[in-house]
Amino acid sequence: MGIQFWLIQAFNGISYGALLFLLASGLSLIFGVMRIVNLSHGSYFLLGGYVALSVIAVTGSWWLALPVAALTIAAVGLVMERVFLRPLGFDPLRQVLLTVGFAFLFQQAALDIWGGDPMTIDPPAVLDGSIVVGGIYLPIYRIFMISTAVLMGLGLWLAMEKTRMGAMVRAAVDDAEMARGVGINTSRVSMFIFALGAFLAALGGAIGGAFFGVYPGLDFEVLPLAFAVVIIGGMGSLAGAAMGSLMVGLADNFGKALFPEVSYFTLYAPMVLILALKPTGLFGRD
Amino acid sequence: MNRWRNIILVIAALLVLAVITPFSSAYVISLITHALIFAILAMSLDLLLGYTGLPSLGQAAYLGVGAYLTAILASEYGFGLDMSFWVVIFLGMALGAASAAVFGLFAVRASGVYFLMITLALGMCVWGLAYRWNSLTGGDNGINLPPRPEFGISLANEVTFFYVVFGFFVFTLGSLYLIVRSPFGRALEGIREREPRMRVLGYNTWLHKYIAYIIAGAFGGLAGVLWAQKNGLVSPEDVILTTSVDALLMVVLGGPGTLIGAAIGAGVVTFIRDYLSTLVHWWQYLLGGVYVLTILYLPGGLIGIPARVRNWRARRSGAQAKT
Repeated sequence: MGIQFWLIQAFNGISYGALLFLLASGLSLIFGVMRIVNLSHGSYFLLGGYVALSVIAVTGSWWLALPVAALTIAAVGLVMERVFLRPLGFDPLRQVLLTVGFAFLFQQAALDIWGGDPMTIDPPAVLDGSIVVGGIYLPIYRIFMISTAVLMGLGLWLAMEKTRMGAMVRAAVDDAEMARGVGINTSRVSMFIFALGAFLAALGGAIGGAFFGVYPGLDFEVLPLAFAVVIIGGMGSLAGAAMGSLMVGLADNFGKALFPEVSYFTLYAPMVLILALKPTGLFGRD
Repeated sequence: MNRWRNIILVIAALLVLAVITPFSSAYVISLITHALIFAILAMSLDLLLGYTGLPSLGQAAYLGVGAYLTAILASEYGFGLDMSFWVVIFLGMALGAASAAVFGLFAVRASGVYFLMITLALGMCVWGLAYRWNSLTGGDNGINLPPRPEFGISLANEVTFFYVVFGFFVFTLGSLYLIVRSPFGRALEGIREREPRMRVLGYNTWLHKYIAYIIAGAFGGLAGVLWAQKNGLVSPEDVILTTSVDALLMVVLGGPGTLIGAAIGAGVVTFIRDYLSTLVHWWQYLLGGVYVLTILYLPGGLIGIPARVRNWRARRSGAQAKT
């Protein structure tokens, strides 16, 4: 195992982490603001991929497919939050079961609309192929994944730090009750965050379609990974979600390459330890 | 008095089940056996969720521990295929309890949404090992078991196996009932209602929750041993997140904190997952619908329906008396 092996694995891990960031950053904000364990978050990822496929089939444009898929699923998330989750009140168990119920409904709907065969999304020719840096082949698509995640992350970070809504979100994460006390409409913040989370997850699904493929069952495959990111990074913090994604992405890649038999264990065992020792996550605020 | 009436009702229903089942078709017998095994898992979870207020998102882990133990012993060592079946039952419960004792050290400290997350993570740890540790678990393919044990009676016979599972179901129901009726069980309910007060009263609430967690793990392991023998195949599919979530639904659907409610919920969910799924392709709408509707409209579960109907009638007749 030379230096090449480490570089390639690190690159793969980082690009995988970039996809995880899209999937999990919204979940982290949702968890931070609303303390909801949203088990339908993986469905947003899967549905994002499917909607993108349909848009490509109709218009032929991959670039159009990404925003359309993300916005469509954002609308789905928004309706779910307004109509079902909001009236439910604060009860983690009931929220879990309600969102998992929706995950099954989405699964069946996807099966009825798009069928059960695995599909892949072909990226446009510009993003095909690879570039060679120092004798290492770097697929352009993976570079695209990393840059999208970085751009999204920067955009979100600016929005959180500079806008009024961002300040309201941060206040709600820190102390929802206090935020309500000083007149912040936390219900609107929740709605916004939920739609944003669905948007990001669907975008991740559309981009990840060229990487994982799009197939029934993908939703429950990526869901626990998203929770691992949220917990390791610390909920409600963008920087935490970024660090968490990077760590999970790298741990997953190196785990599979170096000690495949316990690779998933090495992913979830740290999650247990962090929850037991520092439930707010490595980078979360106390 | 009400309590005795309920006990007699349950015993009568069990007797009917035991008498009628052998006359059903082989498929229905197998389906009922399946439901009874998951009823054991659901009741073990009810001890945590319904009585102690600990919503575990990882109860499938203990089913997995028991099931993989049974499969590995049977396929690798040929152990547990005769009288030693009973030893495997004991080992399965012991290993379920032991793994819960380890996991509980991490999980029981947490509460509320953190308990959900940490039990989810623990469940995923077990799944990860099952899925990836090829040399031990057979990885994605799982482990096929040899034919069911034979010791004077043959468990390969569906009716015989049904009665064995039925016996374990009654054993689980009875043991858990005695536990929740004991002072220990009362203390658990106190913790569910208001933990700080129980602590002030001098109860070691952590220890109470920890013991409840271990007991639930033991019965989860028991369900696993039976499930391995029932299915003849143990695979990572048995320990995925949806199995744990299904167990939660069974408890909430039937009515938490009633034990028998969890068994009813197990019956309904098994019926949808394993019977309706063979009949109609859109069965997941039903399953998802049951989840959503239970949460929105059935806070007390199915077992709470008679009381709600009585209340509703009493209110209505009260209103009529006034007019």
